[in-house]
Amino acid sequence: MMKNVIEVRDLTVVRGGREVLPAISLGVTAGVTGLLGPSGCGKSTLLRALVGAQQVASGSVEVLGEPAGSAALRTRIGYVTQAASVYDDLTVAENLGFFARVLGVDRSSADEAIEVVGLADQRQQVVGRLSGGQRSRVSLAVALLGTPDLLVLDEPTVGLDPVLRRDLWELFHRLADGGAAVLVSSHVMDEAERCHRLLLMREGRIIADGSPDEIRESTGAADIEHAFLHMVEGTEEAA
Amino acid sequence: MSPRITWAVAGRVLTQVRRDHRTLAMLLVVPCVLISLLWWMFEDLPGDLFDRFGPGLLAMFPFIVMFLVTSVTTLRERSSGTLERLLTMPMGKLDFLLGYALAFGLLAAVQSALAVAVSVGLLGLDVNGPVWLLGVVAVVDAVLGTALGLLVSAFATTEFQAVQFMPAFVLPQILLCGLFVPRDQMPAVLEAISNVLPLSYAVDAMQELVGDADQGEVWRSIAIVACFALAALVLGAATLRRRTP
Repeated sequence: MMKNVIEVRDLTVVRGGREVLPAISLGVTAGVTGLLGPSGCGKSTLLRALVGAQQVASGSVEVLGEPAGSAALRTRIGYVTQAASVYDDLTVAENLGFFARVLGVDRSSADEAIEVVGLADQRQQVVGRLSGGQRSRVSLAVALLGTPDLLVLDEPTVGLDPVLRRDLWELFHRLADGGAAVLVSSHVMDEAERCHRLLLMREGRIIADGSPDEIRESTGAADIEHAFLHMVEGTEEAA
Repeated sequence: MSPRITWAVAGRVLTQVRRDHRTLAMLLVVPCVLISLLWWMFEDLPGDLFDRFGPGLLAMFPFIVMFLVTSVTTLRERSSGTLERLLTMPMGKLDFLLGYALAFGLLAAVQSALAVAVSVGLLGLDVNGPVWLLGVVAVVDAVLGTALGLLVSAFATTEFQAVQFMPAFVLPQILLCGLFVPRDQMPAVLEAISNVLPLSYAVDAMQELVGDADQGEVWRSIAIVACFALAALVLGAATLRRRTP
């Protein structure tokens, strides 16, 4: 049995008087894990809790053997928020250079990250003038700095063209092959097939957990989208 | 806290300002134009009105400008997600705040050097104390503006609101700082209020340098402004939360 990279126990998060995560528990192992569910189901809140940016009401979150948000984790996790969290008025190289200095990694690591996300030709361009897809890749490059042990990516492929999406998923697999755990959220169900393991989420709860094959087989559905619908309708009939 | 990260923040902020030519030009040119305008306005009047009002204006520029610039830029950091990202990295809250204070303090030093050079060299402002001390007052003043700007940005959710904090936080200080009515001639209540407003001491310091030039008095005022700036930075640090709702 592989040791879990992320261990969440009875995590409860309340936002604006509403229980967004109702005492959920889950574990994430190495490899590429997809966190799938419709918009507003609590994916981002869960990811924020993993990186220690979310106020939690109760429960425990352990990442790489440390409590989430502890100082020792701050150089070991790469985190991409849904918005491209980079400086629009700086160039690609300046952005990466700045975050590299904050993390205490050398400049060659910044050049490498720019190379990996395919922005070498744009490195001297101001981020604000790049396309939406390019900007989100700058944000991804920042998360790759210092080869983190865990990547937490909140909808990194949203709004990208199919070629770019394929390239990014290949990148996630390369990173996972290199030993990192990659947790990717998405509301697009057809991205499920690209993951080693899936966590299906709805209204703050994990409704399925397993490999794409296991989830399809357990419901007898042809694809993950139908499996998801099957499970949602099943729970509603039971309730 | 780490000097490496503090410098990284300061360097980044300065690069951002350098890239924004229009802002940079306004930061450096506008104070010089305004102080010239003040001098010109008083030119045909008897007495040394420019010597009376000039120092107050020199104290206000760095404070107002840095307050505005900082409250908008930090609000942008909060809303764009860059602050959240930085706080998941090994970024200390003080690194972030001091980085900003350092960058804007440096900008204020350049800004004030220009405004003082124009006032003293070109417009004949009479300074009895050492001229470099005017620069020290300006920098401490700018750090105060930066610290207050950081603090109020926590209470604004849009840039529009952030700009509205300027009349709310800055204008009362301008009215009560002793420039229009000497502080000891104000109604007792207003005098008491002006005694707890930081800008009053910045203006005191500038006026002391132009007037009696008792350096002990100047340093006392500088120390008070610095204490206010420090308090605002500490309060500002408390508004930077790694975990948000």
